[in-house]
Amino acid sequence: MALYESVIIGRQDLTNSQFETLIDEFTSVIKSHDGEIKKTEYWGIRNLAYKINKNRKAHYYMLNISSSPETISEYERLLGLHEDIIRFLTIKIDKVDENPSLLMNNKVDRHRNESASDNIEIASKANV
Amino acid sequence: MTQLNIKRQALRKPNQKRRKSCPFSAPNTPEIDYKDLKVLTRYVSERGKIIPSRISAVSAKKQRELSKAIKRARFLALMPYVVG
Repeated sequence: MALYESVIIGRQDLTNSQFETLIDEFTSVIKSHDGEIKKTEYWGIRNLAYKINKNRKAHYYMLNISSSPETISEYERLLGLHEDIIRFLTIKIDKVDENPSLLMNNKVDRHRNESASDNIEIASKANV
Repeated sequence: MTQLNIKRQALRKPNQKRRKSCPFSAPNTPEIDYKDLKVLTRYVSERGKIIPSRISAVSAKKQRELSKAIKRARFLALMPYVVG
Protein backbone atom coordinates (compact mmCIF):
# COMPACT_ATOMS: atom_id res chain seq x y z
CA MET A 1 0.00 0.00 0.00
CA ALA A 2 1.33 3.41 -0.95
CA LEU A 3 0.23 6.87 0.05
CA TYR A 4 -1.16 9.26 -2.52
CA GLU A 5 -2.41 12.79 -2.53
CA SER A 6 -5.07 13.59 -5.04
CA VAL A 7 -6.62 16.91 -5.96
CA ILE A 8 -9.88 16.93 -7.87
CA ILE A 9 -11.20 20.01 -9.64
CA GLY A 10 -14.91 20.04 -10.39
CA ARG A 11 -16.96 22.35 -12.59
CA GLN A 12 -18.12 25.56 -10.98
CA ASP A 13 -21.83 25.20 -11.83
CA LEU A 14 -22.18 22.16 -9.61
CA THR A 15 -23.91 22.82 -6.33
CA ASN A 16 -22.12 21.88 -3.15
CA SER A 17 -24.30 18.82 -2.62
CA GLN A 18 -23.82 17.69 -6.22
CA PHE A 19 -20.10 18.00 -5.79
CA GLU A 20 -20.21 16.08 -2.54
CA THR A 21 -22.08 13.18 -4.10
CA LEU A 22 -19.49 13.22 -6.87
CA ILE A 23 -16.69 12.94 -4.33
CA ASP A 24 -18.57 10.18 -2.51
CA GLU A 25 -18.70 8.29 -5.78
CA PHE A 26 -14.93 8.32 -6.12
CA THR A 27 -14.18 7.63 -2.47
CA SER A 28 -16.44 4.58 -2.69
CA VAL A 29 -14.43 3.40 -5.71
CA ILE A 30 -11.29 3.51 -3.58
CA LYS A 31 -12.93 1.86 -0.60
CA SER A 32 -14.35 -0.94 -2.70
CA HIS A 33 -10.83 -1.68 -3.95
CA ASP A 34 -9.42 -2.05 -0.42
CA GLY A 35 -8.12 1.49 -0.35
CA GLU A 36 -8.32 3.80 2.61
CA ILE A 37 -9.07 7.52 2.80
CA LYS A 38 -6.68 9.10 5.26
CA LYS A 39 -7.71 12.71 5.03
CA THR A 40 -10.03 14.90 3.01
CA GLU A 41 -10.14 18.62 2.49
CA TYR A 42 -12.59 20.80 0.66
CA TRP A 43 -10.92 23.99 -0.49
CA GLY A 44 -14.15 25.56 -1.66
CA ILE A 45 -14.73 27.35 -4.94
CA ARG A 46 -11.48 28.94 -5.99
CA ASN A 47 -10.70 31.27 -8.83
CA LEU A 48 -8.71 29.48 -11.50
CA ALA A 49 -5.46 31.11 -12.56
CA TYR A 50 -6.56 30.64 -16.16
CA LYS A 51 -9.73 29.45 -17.85
CA ILE A 52 -10.21 25.72 -18.22
CA ASN A 53 -12.99 24.65 -20.57
CA LYS A 54 -14.57 28.08 -20.13
CA ASN A 55 -14.62 27.74 -16.35
CA ARG A 56 -13.35 30.68 -14.35
CA LYS A 57 -13.91 29.16 -10.93
CA ALA A 58 -14.01 25.60 -9.71
CA HIS A 59 -14.53 23.33 -6.74
CA TYR A 60 -11.30 22.00 -5.27
CA TYR A 61 -11.10 18.85 -3.22
CA MET A 62 -8.07 17.07 -1.84
CA LEU A 63 -7.87 13.43 -0.77
CA ASN A 64 -5.09 11.57 0.94
CA ILE A 65 -5.34 7.95 -0.04
CA SER A 66 -3.62 4.79 1.04
CA SER A 67 -4.09 2.12 -1.60
CA SER A 68 -2.48 -0.12 -4.16
CA PRO A 69 -1.34 1.41 -7.46
CA GLU A 70 -3.97 -0.61 -9.33
CA THR A 71 -6.70 1.10 -7.33
CA ILE A 72 -5.27 4.49 -8.20
CA SER A 73 -5.14 3.74 -11.89
CA GLU A 74 -8.79 2.61 -11.81
CA TYR A 75 -9.74 5.71 -9.82
CA GLU A 76 -7.91 7.96 -12.28
CA ARG A 77 -9.52 6.20 -15.24
CA LEU A 78 -12.99 6.92 -13.82
CA LEU A 79 -12.05 10.53 -13.03
CA GLY A 80 -10.99 11.02 -16.62
CA LEU A 81 -14.30 9.72 -17.90
CA HIS A 82 -16.39 11.98 -15.72
CA GLU A 83 -17.65 15.13 -17.43
CA ASP A 84 -17.99 17.26 -14.30
CA ILE A 85 -14.33 16.83 -13.41
CA ILE A 86 -12.21 19.42 -15.15
CA ARG A 87 -8.87 18.26 -13.90
CA PHE A 88 -7.18 16.06 -11.33
CA LEU A 89 -3.67 15.42 -10.10
CA THR A 90 -2.53 12.45 -8.06
CA ILE A 91 0.96 12.33 -6.63
CA LYS A 92 2.75 9.89 -4.40
CA ILE A 93 3.64 11.18 -0.94
CA ASP A 94 5.85 9.91 1.85
CA LYS A 95 3.58 10.76 4.73
CA VAL A 96 0.19 12.29 5.41
CA ASP A 97 0.39 15.82 6.76
CA GLU A 98 -2.06 15.94 9.65
CA ASN A 99 -2.31 19.72 9.70
CA PRO A 100 -4.77 21.40 7.38
CA SER A 101 -2.96 22.33 4.20
CA LEU A 102 -1.99 25.88 3.37
CA LEU A 103 -4.76 26.45 0.92
CA MET A 104 -7.35 25.94 3.64
CA ASN A 105 -5.83 28.80 5.61
CA ASN A 106 -5.52 30.93 2.51
CA LYS A 107 -9.19 30.57 1.85
CA VAL A 108 -10.09 31.83 5.29
CA ASP A 109 -7.69 34.74 4.93
CA ARG A 110 -9.06 35.68 1.57
CA HIS A 111 -12.62 35.68 2.81
CA ARG A 112 -11.58 37.93 5.63
CA ASN A 113 -9.85 40.27 3.20
CA GLU A 114 -12.86 40.29 0.93
CA SER A 115 -15.22 41.17 3.72
CA ALA A 116 -12.75 43.78 4.93
CA SER A 117 -12.56 45.39 1.49
CA ASP A 118 -16.37 45.28 1.29
CA ASN A 119 -16.55 47.23 4.49
CA ILE A 120 -14.14 49.79 3.11
CA GLU A 121 -16.23 50.13 -0.02
CA ILE A 122 -19.35 50.63 2.00
CA ALA A 123 -17.55 53.15 4.16
CA SER A 124 -16.33 55.09 1.13
CA LYS A 125 -19.83 55.10 -0.31
CA ALA A 126 -21.18 56.38 2.95
CA ASN A 127 -18.71 59.23 2.80
CA VAL A 128 -19.92 60.23 -0.66
CA MET B 1 52.44 36.34 -2.08
CA THR B 2 51.70 39.32 0.13
CA GLN B 3 51.29 41.46 -2.91
CA LEU B 4 48.73 39.06 -4.29
CA ASN B 5 46.68 39.20 -1.11
CA ILE B 6 46.62 42.94 -1.18
CA LYS B 7 45.45 42.86 -4.76
CA ARG B 8 42.61 40.49 -3.92
CA GLN B 9 41.38 42.68 -1.12
CA ALA B 10 41.46 45.68 -3.36
CA LEU B 11 39.49 43.80 -5.94
CA ARG B 12 36.75 42.75 -3.56
CA LYS B 13 36.07 46.22 -2.23
CA PRO B 14 34.06 47.79 -5.04
CA ASN B 15 31.27 45.23 -4.81
CA GLN B 16 31.36 43.35 -1.59
CA LYS B 17 28.65 40.94 -2.59
CA ARG B 18 29.19 37.50 -1.16
CA ARG B 19 27.52 34.45 -2.62
CA LYS B 20 24.13 34.15 -0.93
CA SER B 21 23.28 30.75 0.52
CA CYS B 22 20.26 28.75 -0.53
CA PRO B 23 17.08 29.93 1.23
CA PHE B 24 15.70 26.39 1.43
CA SER B 25 18.79 24.72 2.87
CA ALA B 26 18.70 26.66 6.13
CA PRO B 27 17.35 24.75 9.14
CA ASN B 28 13.61 24.94 9.89
CA THR B 29 12.58 25.83 6.38
CA PRO B 30 9.32 24.14 5.42
CA GLU B 31 9.35 21.58 2.66
CA ILE B 32 8.63 22.80 -0.84
CA ASP B 33 4.99 22.06 -1.56
CA TYR B 34 2.86 22.78 -4.61
CA LYS B 35 0.10 24.03 -2.31
CA ASP B 36 2.33 26.62 -0.67
CA LEU B 37 1.50 29.48 -3.00
CA LYS B 38 3.02 32.16 -0.81
CA VAL B 39 6.46 30.62 -1.22
CA LEU B 40 6.05 29.62 -4.85
CA THR B 41 4.97 33.05 -6.04
CA ARG B 42 8.23 34.46 -4.68
CA TYR B 43 10.16 32.34 -7.18
CA VAL B 44 8.35 33.36 -10.34
CA SER B 45 8.81 36.58 -12.26
CA GLU B 46 6.07 39.12 -12.93
CA ARG B 47 5.41 37.31 -16.17
CA GLY B 48 4.98 34.05 -14.32
CA LYS B 49 8.28 32.51 -15.36
CA ILE B 50 10.37 30.52 -12.92
CA ILE B 51 13.31 32.61 -11.69
CA PRO B 52 16.69 31.03 -12.50
CA SER B 53 18.58 29.68 -9.51
CA ARG B 54 21.64 31.77 -10.36
CA ILE B 55 19.56 34.81 -9.42
CA SER B 56 17.56 33.39 -6.51
CA ALA B 57 20.58 31.44 -5.13
CA VAL B 58 18.48 28.31 -4.63
CA SER B 59 20.61 25.16 -4.66
CA ALA B 60 20.34 22.83 -7.64
CA LYS B 61 18.54 20.16 -5.65
CA LYS B 62 16.01 22.57 -4.22
CA GLN B 63 15.56 24.26 -7.57
CA ARG B 64 14.47 20.95 -9.06
CA GLU B 65 11.93 20.49 -6.29
CA LEU B 66 10.80 24.06 -6.64
CA SER B 67 10.28 23.90 -10.38
CA LYS B 68 8.31 20.69 -10.00
CA ALA B 69 6.11 22.28 -7.34
CA ILE B 70 5.50 25.34 -9.52
CA LYS B 71 4.59 23.16 -12.47
CA ARG B 72 2.14 21.18 -10.36
CA ALA B 73 0.55 24.38 -9.09
CA ARG B 74 0.24 25.60 -12.68
CA PHE B 75 -1.44 22.40 -13.80
CA LEU B 76 -4.03 22.74 -11.03
CA ALA B 77 -4.64 26.37 -12.06
CA LEU B 78 -3.39 27.61 -8.71
CA MET B 79 -0.75 29.63 -10.55
CA PRO B 80 -0.78 31.06 -14.06
CA TYR B 81 1.41 29.74 -16.88
CA VAL B 82 1.68 33.26 -18.28
CA VAL B 83 0.66 36.59 -16.84
CA GLY B 84 -0.70 39.17 -19.24
